[in-house]
Amino acid sequence: MADSTTADPTRRDFLYIATGAAGAIGIGLAAWPFIDQMNPTSAVLAMASIEIDLTPIQPGQAIVMTFRSHPLFVRRRTPKEIASAKTVKLADLPDKLARNENLPDDAPATDENREIKSEWYISSGVCTHLGCTPTAFEGDYGGWLCHCHGSQYDTAGRIRKGPAPQNLAIPKYAFLTPTRVKVG
Amino acid sequence: MSGPSSYVPQTAFTRWLDTRLPILRFANDTIMTFPTPRNLNFWYTFGGILTFMLGVQIVTGIVLAMHYVPNSDLAFNSVESIMRDVNYGWLLRYVHMNGASMFFLAVYIHMFRGLYYGSYKAPREILWILGVITFVAMIATAFLGYVLPWGQMSFWAATVITNLFSAFDQVVPHLGTAITTWLWGGFGVSDATLNRFYSLHYLLPFVIAGLVGLHIWALHVPGNNNPLGIDVKGPQDTVPFHPYYTVKDAFYLVLFTVLFAVFVFEAPNMLGHPDNYIPANPLVTPKDIVPEWYFLPFYAMLRSIPQKLFGVIVLFGSMLTLVFIPWLDTSRVRSASFRPIFRLLFWILVVDGITLGYCGSQSVDANLPGTMFPLVWVARIGTIYYYAFFWLLMPLVGLIERPGKLPDSIAKPVLAK
Repeated sequence: MADSTTADPTRRDFLYIATGAAGAIGIGLAAWPFIDQMNPTSAVLAMASIEIDLTPIQPGQAIVMTFRSHPLFVRRRTPKEIASAKTVKLADLPDKLARNENLPDDAPATDENREIKSEWYISSGVCTHLGCTPTAFEGDYGGWLCHCHGSQYDTAGRIRKGPAPQNLAIPKYAFLTPTRVKVG
Repeated sequence: MSGPSSYVPQTAFTRWLDTRLPILRFANDTIMTFPTPRNLNFWYTFGGILTFMLGVQIVTGIVLAMHYVPNSDLAFNSVESIMRDVNYGWLLRYVHMNGASMFFLAVYIHMFRGLYYGSYKAPREILWILGVITFVAMIATAFLGYVLPWGQMSFWAATVITNLFSAFDQVVPHLGTAITTWLWGGFGVSDATLNRFYSLHYLLPFVIAGLVGLHIWALHVPGNNNPLGIDVKGPQDTVPFHPYYTVKDAFYLVLFTVLFAVFVFEAPNMLGHPDNYIPANPLVTPKDIVPEWYFLPFYAMLRSIPQKLFGVIVLFGSMLTLVFIPWLDTSRVRSASFRPIFRLLFWILVVDGITLGYCGSQSVDANLPGTMFPLVWVARIGTIYYYAFFWLLMPLVGLIERPGKLPDSIAKPVLAK
């Protein structure tokens, strides 16, 4: 076939490319349902918010709730714990962002930006390293220590030491009454 | 060595069959007359042992699947029901559970043997790479299976391992979270996760079986390497696979199953973690979370890195490294028997692997026993040696080392003894 080397595309070339392109798009379209079926179902996405009654929690006590199938930390901080969190310089923090959904994304990780009411600390209980649940009142900073890989958080849930890259995430929440908080 | 077939059909039926589906010819050429180097030693029997273990895991697994319920509310109790109520359920589960450990014991010996005798070198690169892919598939299968009993260790192993992908958040914001949500089918490890893990745990062994088929195919093109690492020169260097190696493999397989039986009947839970008999609790992470023994060296590497993304890269890189070995080794001599420097470095690597395993089994803040030296630094040194062995020492030693004199043929030193 001497003329197969000519530069002019033939009708056959066009058909090859058109068929190939249609086939690739078809495979992509057919594959998508098989990929997307793994994402959360509507039932999972429809999970509601929770309300927490704060009255039984004493100063210096930390509890763990369930929120969107993850642990949620609620801690009534003592004045000493608040003071130790406030004295930390921003420059000493590995993660300088507040990671607080109630504030803009670029809010700095000061203690004020980590709580709505200074006494009540509320955040996700998921270690930002590999998702374990840290233990309260342990570690060098009196906050939380994650036993899986040794990440340490201070009393404002900020990462201070270890492999975790970020401060504990704070979900949207609001005080309905002084003793009742709605998360989510 | 996949030369002309020596199969001669003996009956009218086999002659009829041979011209239609030459399956008996294939079986004869593969496992009966296949010319095999006459000097294969004990360390070469683990290929057969691994094939046996794959069969054991598939058979016991299929039977266990008849009694297991992949639902987060019922899974733990269904495993307990297998242990207590199902006839011989305890035996089937203990065989399957310890079978995973035996499988990895055999595969590590098999891999170190390949490394020692240079079995990855030309023309066996594809053979080696298929082995590495099979190893990774085994890791995935073992991990997925470990999640199924839905105990505390199951749940938190699933959480930690799937969260490795959240490290991608540090590359593209929200990418990692999107991947983990997709893997979980929710915002955390949940019922949806258990269901898909069960489905994939059932699938992967058959993928492994396919990979093993390719592995053996790739083996039968150049034929076996051997402890001398020199090529077969003629028929005087080989013996037929049957009866010589069928019997040798069978003998060591029996010894191996004795060890297997000791674990199954005498210490079935020795290699497991007691916390996995506590039902999964998403709110409480166990004090010390430890993977199964066969993952400990890799776990120690992950933990030794204080930065998340880099830790994950080091972990996956340690397995990916194995793919490049055929090209990282610059020596023209295959067998470490003739390579004094490489041999020494090889044994240091073996010790390194065991040391990393020990580091992985201890808590994060532990010290070297009797000292104030943090174990995490031992793990760091171990990780550096692991990478240095493959990426630095292996290419370098091949260039500077002066290998010993190779024998003229396989037959000669064998007959001289």
